[in-house]
Amino acid sequence: MEYVIEMLNIRKEFPGIVANDDITVQLKKGEIHALLGENGAGKSTLMNVLFGLYQPEKGEIRVKGKKVSITNPNIANDLGIGMVHQHFMLVEPFTVTQNIILGNEPTKKGKIDIKKAEKEVQEISDKYGLKVDASAKISDISVGMQQRVEILKTLYRGADVLIFDEPTAVLTPQEIHELIEIMQSLIAEGKSIILITHKLKEIMQVCDRCTVIRKGKGIGTVDVADTSVSKLASLMVGRDVVFKTEKKPAEPKETVFKIENLVVKDSRKVSMVKGLDLEIRAGEIVGIAGVDGNGQSELVEAITGLRKSESGSITLKNKNIKNLSPRKVTESGIGHIPQDRHKYGLVLDYPVGANIVLQTYYKKPYSKASILDYKEIYKKAKEIIEEYDVRTPSEFTKARALSGGNQQKAIIGRELDRSPELLIAAQPTRGLDVGAIEFIHKRLIEERDKGRAVLLVSFELDEILDVSDRIAVMFDGKIVSTMKPEETNEHELGLLMAGSKASGAGESHDKE
Amino acid sequence: MTKSNKLFTILIPIISVLLGLIAGAIIMLISGYNPILGYTALWNGAFGDAFTMGETVRRITPLLLTGLAVAFAFRTGLFNIGAEGQVIVGWLAAVWVGLAIDAPMIIHLPLAILASLAAGALWGFIPGLLKAKLGVHEVIVTIMMNYIALYSVNEIIRNVLTEQETTTDAISPSASLASEWLQGLTYFSRMHYGILIALFAAVTMWFIIQRTTIGYELKAVGFNQHASKYAGMNVSKNIILSMVISGAFAGLAGAMEGLGTYGTISIMSGFTNLGFDGIAVALLGANNAFGVILAAILFGVLKEGAGQMPTGAGVPTELVDIIIALIIFFVASSYIIRWILLRFKKEGK
Ligand SMILES: Nc1ncnc2c1ncn2[C@@H]1O[C@H](COP(=O)(O)OP(=O)(O)OP(=O)(O)O)[C@@H](O)[C@H]1O
Ligand SMILES: [Mg+2]
Repeated sequence: MEYVIEMLNIRKEFPGIVANDDITVQLKKGEIHALLGENGAGKSTLMNVLFGLYQPEKGEIRVKGKKVSITNPNIANDLGIGMVHQHFMLVEPFTVTQNIILGNEPTKKGKIDIKKAEKEVQEISDKYGLKVDASAKISDISVGMQQRVEILKTLYRGADVLIFDEPTAVLTPQEIHELIEIMQSLIAEGKSIILITHKLKEIMQVCDRCTVIRKGKGIGTVDVADTSVSKLASLMVGRDVVFKTEKKPAEPKETVFKIENLVVKDSRKVSMVKGLDLEIRAGEIVGIAGVDGNGQSELVEAITGLRKSESGSITLKNKNIKNLSPRKVTESGIGHIPQDRHKYGLVLDYPVGANIVLQTYYKKPYSKASILDYKEIYKKAKEIIEEYDVRTPSEFTKARALSGGNQQKAIIGRELDRSPELLIAAQPTRGLDVGAIEFIHKRLIEERDKGRAVLLVSFELDEILDVSDRIAVMFDGKIVSTMKPEETNEHELGLLMAGSKASGAGESHDKE
Repeated sequence: MTKSNKLFTILIPIISVLLGLIAGAIIMLISGYNPILGYTALWNGAFGDAFTMGETVRRITPLLLTGLAVAFAFRTGLFNIGAEGQVIVGWLAAVWVGLAIDAPMIIHLPLAILASLAAGALWGFIPGLLKAKLGVHEVIVTIMMNYIALYSVNEIIRNVLTEQETTTDAISPSASLASEWLQGLTYFSRMHYGILIALFAAVTMWFIIQRTTIGYELKAVGFNQHASKYAGMNVSKNIILSMVISGAFAGLAGAMEGLGTYGTISIMSGFTNLGFDGIAVALLGANNAFGVILAAILFGVLKEGAGQMPTGAGVPTELVDIIIALIIFFVASSYIIRWILLRFKKEGK
């Protein structure tokens, strides 16, 4: 049997937790091998071991049958192993080429030969259809493109085995489609790939085999051809998972949240929200569907006070909240699950407990007369950790040490716990495993049933269709049409999101 | 992680100090001095008798406060190199109030201390404001503020507080921290009540940082401004506040000199170095209030003991400066030590 990489009986401990416990993964040449497991199961840890970032306590790694000791990423590079991390490691003011050659610069008489490097980078890019502009600045290109730069970086260093850690979590459906094509062309060139993803459909679509990890333990490896989405899900969670979220029809009441003719500019002073109108009633979930970059982020930032609005009005329960400070907005009854959890959602160097009171620390019972009451803070944190199944050694652990999905669960728990009048959930299930997604969807619907208003912004059309009571399609800074989820489908939404006239869609349904 | 990390934060400074002392011994040997004699003289210079002990304490006092000032800013993500200037303006303000007002001690002394706090705070406020509103880096502004403090204070001493003299009159006793009792205990050293104020300040810093919502906000802003803004904190206000509090600590260090040790202020030909040493004290103390106390003690002892080395062992004072510098060097390169420790831990397994 020809294996390019073998990780045998790997064990990796962190204080208070065994992240990998006797896991075996064997990668065949030319296959795409999925790594599947719940949030915190130990997938990233295992791959960091392979990439030389962590040293295993036990176990053996073999590359092409030879036993190796990978004590740092340079050794991994030399062995032809490259990794595309979930959080990119790029220098923003540098160009694509500069980033790629960083640490490994080709020189001519002591000078960096940037022209030659640029040519090489462009060649690799063209070979695999990456469509990257080698001379573009990182800060000017999209997240999807940045990811391709990371891929290029590994290829430039001669990687034969590529590890992708949740590459699709940050991509739009179109970008995911393109990434899959890229992966297939990599395989065609004789590379092998390990892919971490929570999206079972992607595994079914592109992978050959799949290794499942549950709570740090290796459960086994299955051939994708012999399995199904629901089998994978139950293997991973250890019980059956419901995919379609059960919900009663909404019983919307009075309008609580209203936006009229809102205009918002981005940091370059370009209008991104262009006269948008939107209403949300108590007891309904409105889902905003749209391609990234059509003003969704600016809209959310304007509502939550993180960005100034130019004109128009935003009201909650008939009270103006436009251009209030974020604190005033929060106090008026708005909760916000931010799209970028590392940038906005958490202070990574604070313990989980301190992050749980990020908006409420100054209030009773968490503090009295400006003096913090840690007992109360950690009590609350413990409650949320239990209720939302945040897997962490304790409430005193730094947020940084949590797995990506568990960080997200902590944020969601914090925001839902306040039960705000209006909850804004931006990509709330990004990076979550199927079990956690199911749970979060249930909680969003519970909020709705309690009579709260929910605004869901998501690039996942499945999520929009499943959870929303009403869908608002956003295109070019405006809501171009609204409809009920049962009256539309992914295809039609896709067309509307791409800007094709709303004529047929929304109205024809109204007549039905 | 947390357990071994804690151990490391304690081990690293200790190892750094030891390495510094060993390196100092080697240098003494190479230069033809006897390190044992040298270090004995250092010890006697710091602890030899009641007088030197008193002097050691009075030397520790302002270092403790500037250490706190720098550590406080560090904890909130800011680098306050301006402690030096804040000390100078604090010193001036305290002496000025000490000279200008007639009042009973219970009013006069607190007022003079408050003046030093306010002056230091103002000197921190300006770089804080520039950082918060215009994004000018605090390091650059605080360095410039140091020079502004030095030269304008000299001008004020020469032209306002005196008539072209180099030293002011002594402050009125009602504003003095000096204590006959402490002096009596220590054969008339210049030890004064300021050490109590400094220790109280350390407790205050610990309390603000660890126990209050103010500290919670300040640290959050230091770690992640975006998340702090999201959480409803006023990022600008917190940056300014951090510099103000840090400056106040340093200003208080000035009062220790002005109201305690000297009772006057003199024209300075150069910086007092109290502020710059504060950076090293903060670093050595791992920016933690308790650690800063220990680091200030170490620094005070070394600096005071150094005075004895030329007479006691013929070792030049410069050498002591080199030893101190080496200790700082080893702390600053602590990641090397951390790395070595990790190596040992691995191999020990
Ligand atoms: N540096 C660290 N220090 C301490 N604990 C850690 C560290 N990194 C990870 N862990 C813990 O190890 C476990 C596995 O984490 P890991 O990041 O590998 O999970 P994951 O499977 O990638 O999850 P996700 O799907 O949420 O990204 C988690 O419980 C996490 O809290
Ligand atoms: Mg992960």
